[in-house]
Amino acid sequence: MGGYTGLLILAILAAVIAVAMVSLSWLLGPKSPTRYKASPYECGVTPVGDARERFPIKFYLVAMLFILFDIEVVFLWSWMTVFREAETSFKIFSFFEVVIYMTTWIVGYLYAVKVNAMDWDESTLLSQDEDSEGRPALEGVA
Amino acid sequence: MPDRFLFPIPQDLDWFALGPIIVVVATGLVALIVEMLRHKRNNAYVVGVSVVGLLVAGAMAASQAGEPAKEILAGTFLRDRFGCVVQVLMVAACLLSVLFSEGYLRQKRIAYGEAYPLMLWATAGGMVMATSRNLVTLFVGLELLSVSLYVLAGLSRTEAKSEESALKYFLLGAFASAFLLYGIALFYGATGSLHLGRVAEVWTSGFETGRSLLAVGMALILIGLSFKSAFVPFHQWTPDVYQGAPTNIAAFMAAGSKVAAVAMLYRVLDAAQPMVALWLPPLFWVAILTMVVGNLAALVQKDAKRLLAYSSISHAGYLLVALLARFKAPDVVSDAALLYYLASYSFMTIGAFAVISVAARAGRESTGLSALNGLWQRSPFAAVALLLFVWSLIGVPGASGFVGKLLIFRDALAADLVPLAIVLAVASVVSVAYYLALVRAAWVADESEADAAVAPLNAGSGLALGICAAGVLGLFVFVGPLLGWMAGPRSAEAERAPIVRQG
Repeated sequence: MGGYTGLLILAILAAVIAVAMVSLSWLLGPKSPTRYKASPYECGVTPVGDARERFPIKFYLVAMLFILFDIEVVFLWSWMTVFREAETSFKIFSFFEVVIYMTTWIVGYLYAVKVNAMDWDESTLLSQDEDSEGRPALEGVA
Repeated sequence: MPDRFLFPIPQDLDWFALGPIIVVVATGLVALIVEMLRHKRNNAYVVGVSVVGLLVAGAMAASQAGEPAKEILAGTFLRDRFGCVVQVLMVAACLLSVLFSEGYLRQKRIAYGEAYPLMLWATAGGMVMATSRNLVTLFVGLELLSVSLYVLAGLSRTEAKSEESALKYFLLGAFASAFLLYGIALFYGATGSLHLGRVAEVWTSGFETGRSLLAVGMALILIGLSFKSAFVPFHQWTPDVYQGAPTNIAAFMAAGSKVAAVAMLYRVLDAAQPMVALWLPPLFWVAILTMVVGNLAALVQKDAKRLLAYSSISHAGYLLVALLARFKAPDVVSDAALLYYLASYSFMTIGAFAVISVAARAGRESTGLSALNGLWQRSPFAAVALLLFVWSLIGVPGASGFVGKLLIFRDALAADLVPLAIVLAVASVVSVAYYLALVRAAWVADESEADAAVAPLNAGSGLALGICAAGVLGLFVFVGPLLGWMAGPRSAEAERAPIVRQG
């Protein structure tokens, strides 16, 4: 493993130093706790309430959609960068490739719009197709 | 600046070879559009589009099985007989699961039309896993399959069990993917390529660092794939996930996902042939453990879906025996036993899950063995079909399961893996006990009052059951031609011929 010995030593050293710094200061350091010191750090302000709070699931939805469309833009960007300089045959070929690729995105986007994934208006969020238990109302079920 | 860039335009684009995968993905998109346009949650058109697309893709894949193997798109796609047969199997597994989905999902009141596009894309992922020797392409296929299945497992989103199933599957699946990716990274470090074909070259080069990196990388890849194939000791997720997931999804997971994982394992082991002395001993013990633990744990199950999950684990063990025999003695043993067993296993398992899905009613589903009580009165056809599937799962002569086990047994002996053959035979005998519990629940035990009101067998389930039953019998009757189709012309030269590499 010749070439990797240095890396290994570095990793071991880093681990030893990290563990030593934290554990030694914890073991040897003087402690005079007060209630204020023992409370969780929240930017220097007295903490308010529990950190484990419920928050709307819409944040997750928006985060997921953002990641997806973000990656799409990254991909498009790299394609655009080379597109202008490329020869014609590549332009034609890659254009249609990207059209196909974009089609999948557009279908996905339409779907996201259709299921109101981007709808922040609370009053319309409770879909009328759903019954009180949150199940979709189905036709033809007794 | 212009010509410093490489502008790759694939010169060897064989659209027809890529056809089956493209058709399945496109069908998924069309099905999603139809789902958006459909009227009042009526999924008939979504199902229709899915079925048509799958039939076309299956026909395209089947028609190419006989053509010479070739690799296109700079080595990222491989079209060969094994890949084509697995593609057909994947499509069949999806088709059968789709057929009995609608009735079941309606009974359970979770008839989300999105299930069908997701199943199609999962199938496409599985098809990719069988038709490439490029590790990144394989990984993308695996993730496409897995991510779709994570969502599908949680389809019944108001049910805690389904959520648990999705979360467990997701966490353990992500864990397994991490192993796999780490292995792929080490593989790249060792070979400087992501193509599995480079293994032999690096392994025989005698360059020690490369060899040890490759060995560790391969070990991690095998661990990742063992998770996906549910080999013991990487099987713990299986019963919980199968039990919690909607039954049609569990059927698809048990058949489709297993077929895909075994196909990818086949590709990896095929490439790792020169290292056989290294990986054979650990996988030998994994196979024994899988068969023993799978069958013993199934003995004490009280839930039909958990029972079938353990059954699928033990069948994974049999499949691993077939794989090991195939690569221990590549000149003697062909792909036929493995592929035949995969086909037979898919039919039996989907069929058995379809029978269990009949027990779903009015948004609640009980999958305990007692839910099957009195099935022979409620739905004689389903009960007879269940008898046939169990018959085949045990491996009694007269159905495809017997031929499959016989072929694997014969191959194991031919490859000098006698202990595996013996464990396989003993495990099959043990399995009689728990499979009979299924039959007993359906045929012997009396129906309790509470279970009396149950919907009759709907057309889709009936059709799926019929096809599965016909498949189990058909595979048994047409063994000869099928084996010929799966293994191709049995000449050693043809089988070992180097793959034509283009582009």
